[in-house]
Amino acid sequence: MNAPFDAPSADSSARQRLMLVDCDIHPIQKPGAVAQYLSKQWRDHMMSFGGHVRQGLQQRIAWPRMMASGQRADAYPPDGGPPGSSYEMLRDQHLDPHGVEHGMLIALSKGGMEERNQDFAAALMHACNQWQKEHWVDRDPRLHAGIVVNADDVDAAVDEIKLRAKDPAFKQIILSPRTNEPLGRRRFWPIFAIAQETGLPLGLHPAAHPGGAPSTGAGWPTYYMQEHFTFSTASEAVATSLVMEGVFEEFPKVRIAMIESGLSWASILGWRMDRIWERMRAETPRLKHPPSHYLRQNFWFATQPIEEPENPQDLIDVFDWLGWDKIVYSSDYPHWDYDDPRFVFRIRLDDSKKRALFRTNAMTLYNLE
Amino acid sequence: MILPRPGAIDCDMHVNVPDVRALLPYMSDYWQDQIVTRYIDRSSFAHMSYPPGSPLSGRKDWVPQDGPLKSVPGGGLADVQTNLLNHFGIGMAVCNVIHGSNSLFNEDMGAEFCTAINEWLVREWLDREPRLRASIVVHAQNPQLAVDEIERRAGDPRFVSVLLPLMGDAPLGRRIYWPVYEAAQRHRLSIAVHAGSTYRYPTTAAGFTSYQIEDYIHMSAAFENLIVSFLAEGVFQKFPDLKLICMESGFTFIPTLLWRANKTWRGVRAEVPWIDEAPAEIIRRQVRFTLQPVDAPRDEEVLRKIFRQMDCDDLLVFSSDYPHWQFDGDEALPDGLPHQLIEKILFDNPRDAFPRLDAETAATIQLAGSHS
Repeated sequence: MNAPFDAPSADSSARQRLMLVDCDIHPIQKPGAVAQYLSKQWRDHMMSFGGHVRQGLQQRIAWPRMMASGQRADAYPPDGGPPGSSYEMLRDQHLDPHGVEHGMLIALSKGGMEERNQDFAAALMHACNQWQKEHWVDRDPRLHAGIVVNADDVDAAVDEIKLRAKDPAFKQIILSPRTNEPLGRRRFWPIFAIAQETGLPLGLHPAAHPGGAPSTGAGWPTYYMQEHFTFSTASEAVATSLVMEGVFEEFPKVRIAMIESGLSWASILGWRMDRIWERMRAETPRLKHPPSHYLRQNFWFATQPIEEPENPQDLIDVFDWLGWDKIVYSSDYPHWDYDDPRFVFRIRLDDSKKRALFRTNAMTLYNLE
Repeated sequence: MILPRPGAIDCDMHVNVPDVRALLPYMSDYWQDQIVTRYIDRSSFAHMSYPPGSPLSGRKDWVPQDGPLKSVPGGGLADVQTNLLNHFGIGMAVCNVIHGSNSLFNEDMGAEFCTAINEWLVREWLDREPRLRASIVVHAQNPQLAVDEIERRAGDPRFVSVLLPLMGDAPLGRRIYWPVYEAAQRHRLSIAVHAGSTYRYPTTAAGFTSYQIEDYIHMSAAFENLIVSFLAEGVFQKFPDLKLICMESGFTFIPTLLWRANKTWRGVRAEVPWIDEAPAEIIRRQVRFTLQPVDAPRDEEVLRKIFRQMDCDDLLVFSSDYPHWQFDGDEALPDGLPHQLIEKILFDNPRDAFPRLDAETAATIQLAGSHS
């Protein structure tokens, strides 16, 4: 994962043939990038108070990352901005050489998802979404924005989704899986209602800052190694909540994309839920089907960081169980654990499977043409 | 499928303390007085992780329908003998007491409950049934008090492990708990971490769930985080002879745990320089998992693939999880278990997981105890 980046050439003919959809590209705000989209009140607020998040360090994550602040060291733009802040660099380093036909933007930083002051969060998400449109999507039709919302403020989230849903620049709704309560609980249901109404998938991506509950269920981890691991266990909890609360009985057309959360856990979680549900189903009468049914119907999974079984062939079992139609390629550009599309799968894939993983599944999920 | 022959070692079964009054004779004068005058004995210490009436907590035919132990899942000694030991021809069974007192905030009271429960185990169970072994119950919130309790019981070879709740005050790999592991390793006791939470925090990273089924489902994820905590903190390097036994964890997640632990470590190993080999190898050597529950579809092919992915015959130890409702009738083993594994799971792996189950080791401990 830390190997030096081997830059592909833009004119490599093999790559030209396989166009791909990348379901996880992070555009990062340079300092002050969204100031123009904030009112004076919120610009002043940002200068004096700054962000108010659920951890002890205000400016950085409490588990320092391993290399280059968690970024690809070769992705720092020459202008001194943070990785992911330069459109030209994204284009030259990733989109063009890898033949990215569609790139799904996931704007994590300073988008308001993790801000505790709800009014400030609403201002931030509005600004972040406007910035995504004007600075990225308007410059390159390959890029598609995700409507970043602070799910804990359901009213503001729904307003923002309504505002953006008609704009073709936005192809999904982005939520943090680390809300104050599990996302399946009823207070969040207006978000699922608007998602179903607009047909926009909900992309769940672990946010950088922690949520309100310790990430292990037994308190906070000590090391980044552990916190990174919890990206998958936290996602299991959210998937369980969405299923068990009956979200998909009420909103059967809602589609969930689990991004940067791992995927090999999902089938196993389905088996576990089914077996336990055999005993406990009286507690959750909303469910008309075994829990794994909803996992299979309503969820998609992005590949990065791809599982690397000791025997690479075991990945085929994992994909068989998950469903080849539900797996979408993602790179996580420009983060340190970026998955290069040339090397991501260490198994032999026939052309139809390759097309499904790299392109057609995502085209279906995001209604792309 | 049914057990192929008698003598299996059941590494996770439960006996339930019927009520607080059963423990009073084993408490000090001060605590007897406290418990009685504060009416602490008048209400149930049912654990939130295992409500006694919940379908998972008691298989229906293992819950007495009348008598003094009516509705207590698993019943008393006669029930355990009839339903479990005799019926399945169990050779040895490790009793794990899951008691609500482990979530008391008052750690002196919590520790007194542990002392009483362990004494109750000795008098009411171990002394009366030679096939039974037990885990030492400790109040993990205070590691020093936990060590005191371990020292009190270590001379009794029938105690084979130290029981810790999966989700307590801090991830169990944290160095504040190392005195517990030091004592355990010194006495050849294994560390048995059992599903359940003291609810100091929400059971999930996403917050408090609505349903009990969610809490239970999420236990396996919490076990993954437990193992990663042990790995990251370096517990396995510091205590190389210690076995960590995951009780009622599920096991079908093991392959995905091995893969993700290996991959994450390759990326961040400079952060945890004491890990000097692939985490999967450490797990295969020092972590064990009880057989029940079996989180897999009833499809032998799936289970065979999971075992192939685990690529290790040492990881599982047999458990009935009595009286929890994990299987029906006599089907104590899932179909599809590879044949060569069955003997290992039932006999060899348990002895490896609990050094004290070995008769010679037990005799040594007894001898040492009689001299002290």
